[in-house]
Amino acid sequence: MVDIAEPVATRQPSRFRFILDRREVLGGLFVAPAILYVLLLVGAPFLLAVYYSISAYTIYDPSWRFVGLSNFRQIIQNPVFLGTLGNTFLFTFASQLLGLILGKFGALLLLRPFPGRKIVRAVIILPWAVPIALASVAWEWMFDSLYSVINWTMIALGIIDRSEAPNWLGNPHLAMLCVIVVNAWRFFPFAIVVFLAGITSVPQDVIDAATVDGAGFWRRNYQIILPMIMPIVAVGLIFGIVFTFTDLSIVYLLTNGGPINATSVLGFQGFQVGIVSGDVSHGAAISLFMLPVLFFVVIGMLRFIRRREI
Amino acid sequence: MAAVLTRDIVKTFGTMTAVNGITLTVPDGEFMVLLGPSGCGKTTFLRIICGLEQQTSGDLIIDGNIVNEMPPRARGVAMMFQSYGLYPHYTVRNNIAFPLRTQRVSRAEIERKVEWSSRLLGIEHLLARRPRQLSGGERQRVALARALVREPTALLLDEPLSNLDAKLRASARQEIKQFQQRVGTTTIYVTHDQVEAMGMGDRIAVIDHGQIRQVGTPAEIYDDPADRFVATFVGAPPMNLLARNGAFLGFRPENFVPRDMIDDGAVTEFSFRVDRSEYLGSERIVYGVIDGFDAQVITAKLPPAHVAEDSIRPGEWHSFAVRNSALRYFDQVGKRATRH
Repeated sequence: MVDIAEPVATRQPSRFRFILDRREVLGGLFVAPAILYVLLLVGAPFLLAVYYSISAYTIYDPSWRFVGLSNFRQIIQNPVFLGTLGNTFLFTFASQLLGLILGKFGALLLLRPFPGRKIVRAVIILPWAVPIALASVAWEWMFDSLYSVINWTMIALGIIDRSEAPNWLGNPHLAMLCVIVVNAWRFFPFAIVVFLAGITSVPQDVIDAATVDGAGFWRRNYQIILPMIMPIVAVGLIFGIVFTFTDLSIVYLLTNGGPINATSVLGFQGFQVGIVSGDVSHGAAISLFMLPVLFFVVIGMLRFIRRREI
Repeated sequence: MAAVLTRDIVKTFGTMTAVNGITLTVPDGEFMVLLGPSGCGKTTFLRIICGLEQQTSGDLIIDGNIVNEMPPRARGVAMMFQSYGLYPHYTVRNNIAFPLRTQRVSRAEIERKVEWSSRLLGIEHLLARRPRQLSGGERQRVALARALVREPTALLLDEPLSNLDAKLRASARQEIKQFQQRVGTTTIYVTHDQVEAMGMGDRIAVIDHGQIRQVGTPAEIYDDPADRFVATFVGAPPMNLLARNGAFLGFRPENFVPRDMIDDGAVTEFSFRVDRSEYLGSERIVYGVIDGFDAQVITAKLPPAHVAEDSIRPGEWHSFAVRNSALRYFDQVGKRATRH
């Protein structure tokens, strides 16, 4: 006799039993906090700022009266603002350039083996890790009109005379140089890390091939290695540009925008006008001015990276 | 084109000796293969010749000049790397032109030379592409074109075929060899693959532990190995070695055949017990032991046409023999001896 198995009563498992095994559900769950965070702490204030910039809102007259683009029109006609805009570009690009150059040479030096390399690699990160408020105080003393250690050294070495010692933070051009140098100093450890990551990712065979093909140190670096690591460097540069363009801490701590607005940058002026003076709508307009600039810079660089992708 | 001579080259890394006194002469236009197992120092030796490594001691002479202190770019040698080392951000045209640009060759001359070398290797249609858009075989040709474009004094190749699949490797082997004969550049070719070495080399230098074991034509290396290492490293399956009184008797598997297949000349007979046999189409490899040498596995390579499968079954004893002319003798330390 042949036994035929009885059909087993099937039980439908709960629809939600394996819900966390579904990629789209679990993924969404993990991403949600980050998205929420951005929406609440970046998105909402941003929209608020956009509204402020087209309203007549001040802390003395908190009306939400719509005024169109007149805030923007007014700040563009203000020579102080135009100077600030120029300063921002100078401050950003000069300090990034200086930081990149320092980073490149630093990375090349740190690639060679020497005793204590690990310690130096750790210490070199310090400018980046130290709170900028502390570092700025130290720099402020170094640039001080009376007690500047830089001037003292130059006088001691006989390079300059005491009577012609520069007033670093008092002279408009020198003050700009100072904030640029401090920002480059703060940025270059990051540039070193970026360059180190890039250079070590270049296959040794390619470098060897270039050496045998007759390329010396400079040609190897600028025709082979640099173009190959350009996408990595460009990403680092985008970070640097965005952070520097929107930064106000160094200017605020070191020069307070002075002398006579010579070192005022967009972030700083937006803060001064909008928060300190209470003219929220104009402050918002100044701050939002950075947006299209940064937008085009980032788009341009991302396109460049895509084109260079190898 | 030039001859490459090395005199007692030694290279140590810390306490490790990578190259232990290599003296080698590669005459003008010769195709010399450096053959050895992984880590034997052959690549290090090649890197010393092109100047990527500096030898600890010894002289390197290219075209009659001692070049010990010269940087790579002054030596005029070209090298092709295992992974080709193409510049990913340049087009094929610029890759090939790069060695000329470093020598400040005029633009027109670069154009002409790139044209010439790309035609030589049949890659004219690829000049506008980037390396990542090429197949493995095409990349290899581009690397070869780049190496040849400045007409180097010597061409160094470091396992150039190891990144190709088996089929492509066979055709590339032939191409490189034909190509070398046509251009006539002194070539030093590093490989661990004995088939490449035997098939391509005018002469082969067998290297082990940083030392040359034997230099000779493929036939000399195969038929008259200088020591036990060469005898067992070259040939697949390797030479059979019977240990007796501390010395060794060697014979190639293909010379070890049933007694009745040899009808003339002096032979040495063995009683051979078959353990296992493999049919490989063109040949049959038989594994077994010889009476009195139980510990050693002996292989015989038989032509299947002459030996039917059921005539040698596992477990059976057969009478096998080797022509006396095919016997090789090695002394206690493994060096070749004339006779016992």
